[in-house]
Amino acid sequence: MERYYQPEIETASREQIKAWQDERLVAQVRHVWENVPYYRKKMEEKGLTPDDIKSTDDLKKLPFLSKEDLRVAYPYGLLGEPLENCVRIQSTSGTTGKRVVAFYTQSDIDLWEDCCARAITAAGGTNKDVCQVSYGYGLFTGGPGLNGGSHKVGCLTIPTSSGNTERQIMFIMDLQATILCCTPSYAAYMGETMKEMGLTPDQIPLKAGIFGAEAWSEEMRQSIQQTLGIKAYDIYGLTELSGPGVAFECSAQSGMHINEDHFIAEVIDPVTGENLPDGQQGELVFTAITKKAFPLLRYRTRDICVLSHEKCSCGRTHVKMSKPRGRTDDMLIIRGVNVFPSQIETVLLNQGYPANYQIIVDRVNNTDTFDVQVEMTPEMFTDNMGEITARQKKLADGLRAMLGITAKVSLVAPKTIARSEGKAVRVVDKRKI
Amino acid sequence: MSVKQISVFLENKPGSLLNMTKALADSDIDMRAFSLAETSDFGIARILVDDVLDTMSVLKDAGFVSAITPVIAVAIDNTPGSLNGVLDVLSQANINVEYMYAFAGKYDNAYMVLKVPDDVKAGSILTTAGITQVEQDQLSEL
Repeated sequence: MERYYQPEIETASREQIKAWQDERLVAQVRHVWENVPYYRKKMEEKGLTPDDIKSTDDLKKLPFLSKEDLRVAYPYGLLGEPLENCVRIQSTSGTTGKRVVAFYTQSDIDLWEDCCARAITAAGGTNKDVCQVSYGYGLFTGGPGLNGGSHKVGCLTIPTSSGNTERQIMFIMDLQATILCCTPSYAAYMGETMKEMGLTPDQIPLKAGIFGAEAWSEEMRQSIQQTLGIKAYDIYGLTELSGPGVAFECSAQSGMHINEDHFIAEVIDPVTGENLPDGQQGELVFTAITKKAFPLLRYRTRDICVLSHEKCSCGRTHVKMSKPRGRTDDMLIIRGVNVFPSQIETVLLNQGYPANYQIIVDRVNNTDTFDVQVEMTPEMFTDNMGEITARQKKLADGLRAMLGITAKVSLVAPKTIARSEGKAVRVVDKRKI
Repeated sequence: MSVKQISVFLENKPGSLLNMTKALADSDIDMRAFSLAETSDFGIARILVDDVLDTMSVLKDAGFVSAITPVIAVAIDNTPGSLNGVLDVLSQANINVEYMYAFAGKYDNAYMVLKVPDDVKAGSILTTAGITQVEQDQLSEL
């Protein structure tokens, strides 16, 4: 039988959901108008006042917010509450290394954790479960979000954070963990390691996994489900909107229910900004209607996906989004981390390299590989091998400091990086997702 | 008292060395000495030729990155202890040899190429010890 964390909300009628959204949107627009001068100015430029927004039907009148706005307004420009009302920040890397810093009141954290608790419950979690959270803890939202959700459900929570695979597996086996939360590539890696250790799916106590923060295919789901002997559920979110749990998969495993009592979703044509109907692919736009400290209205995620209001077999009534099918910008998600080519360029230029590079991303054994190739130049070249390898290491260190993940740096012969129409091809993504 | 070695950057993958030797062959360049050092993803080919400037421009035109490095070349008698004698002089003077390689002359004799941090200093120490070194313009005669 399907379980719900907040059944009266998750299975509410469409009319009820619309009523909540209407009421909360009107209040949120007023809250933003009064507390966020940055957005108020945007509204004024369009000749809007809060009185123009009477229901969700008026949503499309509101101006968009983009990642560029977050950059310009960094760090406090979009803050919706006095700092004394805020209790937490979370952060993610943004374009050209500028971080996105999101603020939370205690109530913002509560609703975020509620969303994660819904996801864990949809995956079958109860207070009898042992939930291992192997997402990174810290500024990254994955660990803190699922940790809070797991507490709300009442699971015994194991906050292993990411890394140290042997210890992860030891906890799963010794404490009989039943739910695993991490990136899908890490789940796959753990699965392969356990297989090598001779553990069969029926010896592994896990029964469900909640995997997100990066793109993964249906084939990858099947493979993880087989090696670990679990059901694998997708989860979606972004720091700008709280973190994981904006949307989550149910037992139907066919798209993620968006928590519409907190977030209004739209799909737009990324070029014209016009709203697109259900079933049509476009850019996903979110309006946070309950969060107070970082209340983003019409935030353009740059994720391409499709919405569906079709009735779901799980009984939930909230709209479903497809897995993101791509991006409208050049952002790559590598091992769950957002990477912009411009960040790599910044590191290269800082270290005196020409911006002649190529990023090659692939997925080997369900783990992302990340190679940065740089062309050798007469200025960089020396007969001293140690000096060249030291420069190579310095570049790899610089990239890790900027991106938070390790890249393999290779030096290649001049003019070997593929060019099309005279312009170098910066990113080669060989992953089949 | 040194010779000008050309160091060439090569990717460590099939065909890259061939591309270099082909560029030299096409321009009728004779290599007097050759050595290769490598890591897992790149290598450095080190060569001695008669006409350094001409070879550098051939390599540049063929798309290679190269650099000139001064190295010391000494004749080694075909008798036990010859190399030891040379190294002993350098060692006594506390001079480190970064790398070295050998090449054969036309008349049944051998030469060692040595890379040292300061070729001028090492050269004068060897000269004082009675060890003569090969000059760049002598390369074609050897």
